[in-house]
Amino acid sequence: MRPAALISQALEILVALAAAPLFLGWVSQCRAWLANRGAPSVFLPYRNLHKLFHKEAVLAQNASALFRIAPYVVFGTMVVAAGIIPSLSGRLPLVAAADAIALVGLFATARVFLSLAAMDVGTAFGTLGARREMMVGFLAEPALLMVIFVASLISATTALPAISAHLASERLSVDPSLAFTGVAFTLVLLAENARIPVDNPATHLELTMIHEAMLLEYSARHLALMEWASALRLFNYACIGFALFVPWGIAARGIGPLGLSLAVPVLALKLAAAGAGLAVIETLSAKLRVMRAPEFLATAFVFAVLGLLVHILLGGP
Amino acid sequence: MTHVPFNQQLLNACAALMLLLSFAMLSQRRIVSLVNLFAVQGAVLAATTLLLAWRTGAGHLYFSAVLTLALKVAFLPWLLHRLIRRLGVYWDTEPLLEISGTMLAGILIVVFSFGLAEPIAHLASTSMRNAIGIAVAVVLLAFLMMITRRKAMSQVVGFLSMENGLFFAAMSATYGMPMIVELGVALDVLVAVLVLGVFFFQIREQFDSLDLHHLERLSEHQ
Repeated sequence: MRPAALISQALEILVALAAAPLFLGWVSQCRAWLANRGAPSVFLPYRNLHKLFHKEAVLAQNASALFRIAPYVVFGTMVVAAGIIPSLSGRLPLVAAADAIALVGLFATARVFLSLAAMDVGTAFGTLGARREMMVGFLAEPALLMVIFVASLISATTALPAISAHLASERLSVDPSLAFTGVAFTLVLLAENARIPVDNPATHLELTMIHEAMLLEYSARHLALMEWASALRLFNYACIGFALFVPWGIAARGIGPLGLSLAVPVLALKLAAAGAGLAVIETLSAKLRVMRAPEFLATAFVFAVLGLLVHILLGGP
Repeated sequence: MTHVPFNQQLLNACAALMLLLSFAMLSQRRIVSLVNLFAVQGAVLAATTLLLAWRTGAGHLYFSAVLTLALKVAFLPWLLHRLIRRLGVYWDTEPLLEISGTMLAGILIVVFSFGLAEPIAHLASTSMRNAIGIAVAVVLLAFLMMITRRKAMSQVVGFLSMENGLFFAAMSATYGMPMIVELGVALDVLVAVLVLGVFFFQIREQFDSLDLHHLERLSEHQ
């Protein structure tokens, strides 16, 4: 294995770890601006993590080992996912181990452990949150898979860097199937990352929360890892979106340090735009009732399938 | 993938939009938004006709684009909005099937109609022959909407959307119908909506509601 490839792989994971809380902070800042509130610092998530890592961890008396290892598993899967998704460079040794479909599996693993841990202590809120999370998850997953299938069908491969390289090399054209899948992907992103139409990340309102309800029993370093993992998940989803729909600016194979150093500002620019866009969507939409969430995700699925069908019908030469 | 010319890309995008708008109508609960979506579908149809006219240089398509614009984007939506205001029906509560179930059925219909249209598409020689499947799907989706809705108002919008689909089918298969047929159909649709508008008032007077459920029973059993 070439050292250059290893370096780009390591850089990719480190950038994801470092930039994920910043991205979360940027989204919150944009939301605060749009709501005409005084914005918290962009670095607030870092301070939060720092504070949590220095506290003493408290566990419920009846917590099992699963409860204790779940944060590490969730965090670990998110780090591995960050290693597979081409955010800076298309040259990633880890990609040989897992393609885009395995990536969806990684997200599912994280979700299962999160939900099991939430049910482990046996509090009402944890169970409620876990059940809702699984409901959202099992509806969002087919939509996400469909999005990936469309992209794979266009580029005839399921490896994300190859998909993204193929899409970047194509001539710029009006492609309705990619537009539809783009909408579907945005809806899935909102649902999977507990953003506003499905869940509100900023509240502890008992009856409506999903993601927060599952973390209620965690404290200190465990909570820090969970929060960092959810920041990473948002970052990962954003990077999947970039790889599929705005694949330009990712350093291709054979490009050395120059390409990588060029890819960093491009990624920062894309993240800034995506964060602002996310904040706009969240500000404009109202939180759905939980029972409407299936409809929201069915819409995402329909968009993705329409993308697939339109590609099959109109995309062929 | 071979490169397709830009206006062909735009035509494909318009066809995809037609399909998307059909699904949007299928999922819509509010009648006012339904009528607006119908107007947007008409606008996409007019845009497709214009693009096709520009691409093929067929003069009569410009006329039919103007006709579509005047009738389906301006006049019919205005008429329907006026009817909604005068009848005071803004909601179509309780479609017969759940919305997400309807949409999944819609996907099956799209797959079916793509299969159905494939042999026809082989026969046609137009540049839009791939879109015949979409046109058939738009017609069948409008059918589905008429089946799953209870209120007379949304059934009429479904009927009109079906006519959009037929028009689109004619365009993609043979670059539009002869002018005289097109005028005749436009007049038919116009008269149908006017007559149905009168019907609405009659139905409401008789049953105090626009729910077509009441029409299923014979009057002697009442």
